Amino acid sequence: MSAVAERKRLEDSLAADRTVYEPHRIGLPPMGPYIRQVWDRRHFAFELARTSLRSQHFNTALGQLWLIANPLLLGFVYFVLVDIVRSGSRGPEFLAHLMLGLFAYRLVSMSVKDGSKSVVRGGRLILNTAFPRSLLPLASVITALIRFLPMLGVYAVMHAVAGLPVGPHLLWALPIFAILIVFASGAAMLAAAAQVYFRDLGNLLPYFLRIWLYLSPVLYYAEEVPDRLRPILALNPLYPMLGALSDVVNLGENPTPGYMLWGLAWAVAAFVVGALVFISREREFAVRL
Amino acid sequence: MTDALPVEARDDWAISVEDLSVTYRTTVERKPTLRKRLARLGRRQRIVREIKALREVTFEVPHGMVLGIVGVNGAGKSTLMRTVAGILPPTSGRVQVHGRVSTLLALGVGFNSDLSGRENVVLGGLAAGLSREQLEAKYDEIKDFAELGPAMDMPMRRYSSGMYGRLAFSVAVNMEPDILLIDEALSVGDPRFRRKSFDKMRELCGQAGTILIVSHSLKNIRKLCDEIIWLHDGQLMMRGEPPEVIEAYRRFLDIGESDAGGDDD
Repeated sequence: MSAVAERKRLEDSLAADRTVYEPHRIGLPPMGPYIRQVWDRRHFAFELARTSLRSQHFNTALGQLWLIANPLLLGFVYFVLVDIVRSGSRGPEFLAHLMLGLFAYRLVSMSVKDGSKSVVRGGRLILNTAFPRSLLPLASVITALIRFLPMLGVYAVMHAVAGLPVGPHLLWALPIFAILIVFASGAAMLAAAAQVYFRDLGNLLPYFLRIWLYLSPVLYYAEEVPDRLRPILALNPLYPMLGALSDVVNLGENPTPGYMLWGLAWAVAAFVVGALVFISREREFAVRL
Repeated sequence: MTDALPVEARDDWAISVEDLSVTYRTTVERKPTLRKRLARLGRRQRIVREIKALREVTFEVPHGMVLGIVGVNGAGKSTLMRTVAGILPPTSGRVQVHGRVSTLLALGVGFNSDLSGRENVVLGGLAAGLSREQLEAKYDEIKDFAELGPAMDMPMRRYSSGMYGRLAFSVAVNMEPDILLIDEALSVGDPRFRRKSFDKMRELCGQAGTILIVSHSLKNIRKLCDEIIWLHDGQLMMRGEPPEVIEAYRRFLDIGESDAGGDDD
């Protein structure tokens, strides 16, 4: 019995450092070991996010000020624009809604934008090192998330100035942000894989992202959408997510279950599709770069 | 419990390559774009070209062997290295590797030229699966060996190709891998650094590790390797003792004894 156990142990220890490479050019690698590898090398993703933030001067006071000022100014421009169109009927609570929506939207759009470049940019590393490539777009999501955090502080000030309700219902924002992050990860992986095959997507993406912003309930409340347009706009994954966020934070209500479930479904679907497309293709990236 | 291979039989090789073929399917266009793809719709143009980089290559490398790989440009040497490193997937056949692999391929470390040498070393090491503690312990050795001084904290954009190669070589040899893959790296830097890297290579070859070296410097490869394989056009032409294989390869290249390897010193 002990001899068998000993032999089993030895075999396990040998198997642990033995790697077999077999053809699966397009197809999924064994998922268990893949996920374990992603977890083992998570520090790489964090370090990559950290260095890319440093190259944006996130670690200096002035650099951070600039990164905050940029979306803030953009928000004010949108506010003035919408206010003019609406002939000056909008108050500070709408400004708070617009800012929060814009910051949350940028969390997703920057994940996608930076993520789309992540694989093509990492060409040299991909050609020389074997590691789970999905860490590259995931690092982009981490970068976007760290850049988003100071915006929460900016928003908190606006929230207070606008005199919006504060209470335990605000905790609903946490699952909503979790949904947004899961969705952003899936979208970033999809964009990263697509960019390898179509290098000109980078030119198209800014327009796509701009239109996506206009189709999301950021410059208006989700409830304001005319009934005849609602079925179309509801196809936008960000519609339920940002709608629920505004309901919770801006109106001080609990989110409608419909928004939460619809948003969750989108997030899970985007993550699964993004991960499957990316991981099943990633071994081909070294040839394509 | 199972009737798998006996433990001894598994243990005597570090790398096993069985019937390995790698075929690239590259597009003729320089950069794949959506625009060109759309322009091609309905025209049924064949734009995919197949390149058979390796054709049914089979060999094993025992533990502790230093194996040299020679062949002309485009013979499949780099493809073989990348497949062993797990970077390129086999098209058919299989590769088994026993132990942790460190690669030093032609392009070297450092993928983001905006980052400093130090940051690139840390990122590359983490991607290769080392822990932060391991990297911290190794960092000083890497820095000292590369002798780049204050340039370690400069963006790699400002590095000369020699500095680049020195850092890459230093990273690869100081990682203490079970298997070291070295591609065309023996001839980086100035003559002094080349001498130093050759000495380091000799030291490593003397230790127990398994090493694969690709080089065009037949003189170095003869001095360092236990055995040599010769690849041509993706096929394994010959494997054997360094003098025999180099002799055959030289005859194939039709170059004289006098000027071969003259690029070393």
